[in-house]
Amino acid sequence: MSDDKTIMCRCEDLTVEDIREWIAKGYKTFEEIKRVSRIGMGPCQGRTCRQHLLRELAKATGKTLAEVELATFRPPTKPVSLETLAGGEVDD
Amino acid sequence: MIKKKAHVVVIGGGILGTSIAYNLAKMGLRDIVLLERQYLNSGATGRCGAGIRQQWGTEMNCILSRESVRLFEHLEEELEYDHSIEFKQKGYLFVIYLEKELEQFKKNIALQNSLDIPSRLITPAEAKEIVPHLNTDRLLGATYCPTDGHANPFHVTQAYAKAAELLGTTIHTYTEVLGIDEEGDRVRGVRTDQGTISCDIVVNAAGGHAALIGNMVGIELPIYPERHQAMVSEPVNIFQNPMVISLYHHLYIQQAPHGPFIMGQGDPNEPKSFNIEPSWQFPLEVAKKVAEILPPLKDLKIVRQWAGLYDMSPDAQPILGESPEVQGFFTSAGFSGHGFMIAPYTSKLMAQAILGEEPEMHIDMLNYDRFASGKLILEPAVV
Repeated sequence: MSDDKTIMCRCEDLTVEDIREWIAKGYKTFEEIKRVSRIGMGPCQGRTCRQHLLRELAKATGKTLAEVELATFRPPTKPVSLETLAGGEVDD
Repeated sequence: MIKKKAHVVVIGGGILGTSIAYNLAKMGLRDIVLLERQYLNSGATGRCGAGIRQQWGTEMNCILSRESVRLFEHLEEELEYDHSIEFKQKGYLFVIYLEKELEQFKKNIALQNSLDIPSRLITPAEAKEIVPHLNTDRLLGATYCPTDGHANPFHVTQAYAKAAELLGTTIHTYTEVLGIDEEGDRVRGVRTDQGTISCDIVVNAAGGHAALIGNMVGIELPIYPERHQAMVSEPVNIFQNPMVISLYHHLYIQQAPHGPFIMGQGDPNEPKSFNIEPSWQFPLEVAKKVAEILPPLKDLKIVRQWAGLYDMSPDAQPILGESPEVQGFFTSAGFSGHGFMIAPYTSKLMAQAILGEEPEMHIDMLNYDRFASGKLILEPAVV
C-alpha cells in the first residue's frame, strides 16, 4: 500500500499526498499550509497531524524537525460549547 | 536575492497588496515587486471574518462593494486559480432592535436600491423564514440582500498573488521595509532588511501598519490599528444561509461553506494598539449574545479563537490615492474592517490611478487631505 493515501489530518480529511501537493506548489511553512489546506484547523486543532506535517516540511526543506517553525497555538485548548461559555466565568 | 530595481514596489502581502499588484500587471506593467514582512495573509486579511456585503450607508461603499461582488462572481476564472475561492451568495441579514437604527436602515436601503443593490427591509416573520433558528423577540425588523455572501480570504489572496506572479510580478516574503528613500519630493527607493530596491512608485498597502509606512516619507496618515477578535466552531451540516449581523450587539455570525460558524464582535472600547492577543473575555461575551440571538447555536463547540487588526480611519472609509506631498507615494489603507470585500474593485481603481489613467470611479475624495478640509464621508454601518 502506498502511504500517499494515508490520512494525515483526520478532521479535514487530508492525505499525505494532498499535503505534498501543497508543498510542491510552494507553501513551505506550517502557517501557510494551514491557511490553504485547513490542516490542523479542525476539532483536534493539530493534535494528530502536527507531527506528521512537521516531518513532511523537514523533509521538503532539508531542515531538522527542531528547525521547522510551528503554527501559533490558539485557545481554547479543547473544544468548548457556546452554552458552557455563555455560562460565564462563575464556577458551577 | 532581492530585486534591485522596479517601477512599482507594493508594500503589504494582504488582499489589497496582491490585488493591486495583479491589476497593475494585468494593465501591462511587468516591473512590480511586492514586499511582505511575514508570509502572504499573515496580517488582517488572513484574520478577517470573510464576509462580503453591499449593504452600506454611503454611496462610495455601496459602489465599491457592488462592483467587487460582480468581480468576485467570476474571480476564479479571471485569475485562473486552481482551487475554489469558496465564494457563496446566500445573503446578509441585518437584525434591527432600535427605532433609531430602523430609521438609518431605511435610508441605507433607499440608497442601496438607487444603486441597483437588491436589498430590502423585511419583517421579523420574514427574517425567520430566511433564518428559522433566529430569535425574533424584541426584533423590530431586518434588512436582507440575497447577493451578499462569503469568500475564503486565504484563497482569494493566493489567487491574486499567483496571477500577479504569472504576469511577471516578483513577490518577496519575509522581507521587512525599513525605510523609504526620497529625492526632492519624489520617492526613489525602498530599503528593506534584505537590501534596497530603487523604484519610481511605492504603494502603501500595509493595513494597520500603514501609518508607520507613511511616517517613512514624513507624512501623517490618520490610520490606526485596532484589535478585532473572532472565533470559529467545528464544522456542522449547513443550516444557516446568510450572515446574521447585529449592529446593536456589534456582532456577526456566519456559516462558512465547509460548515463551521465564524463569529466576531467589535468592542467599542477597544484601545488603539498593535495587540493581536485573543482575550479570555471575548468568547464569554460572544457566547451570551449568540445564545440569545440564535439559540440553537449554543450546542456548537468552539475550536479556535484569534485576533487581527482593523486599519481604522477616522470616518471608517479607506484612504486612497497619491500623496499630495510626496510624488509617487500611493496609499491604499484605512479600510476599517471592510477591505477584503471591496478589494477587487478598489484595487482596479488604484491600479488605474497609479498608472496615471483616470479611474473609472472618482477616488479623489478618498485621499487623506479630506481630513484637513473636513470633507469626511462617514460610514454609519460598521461592526
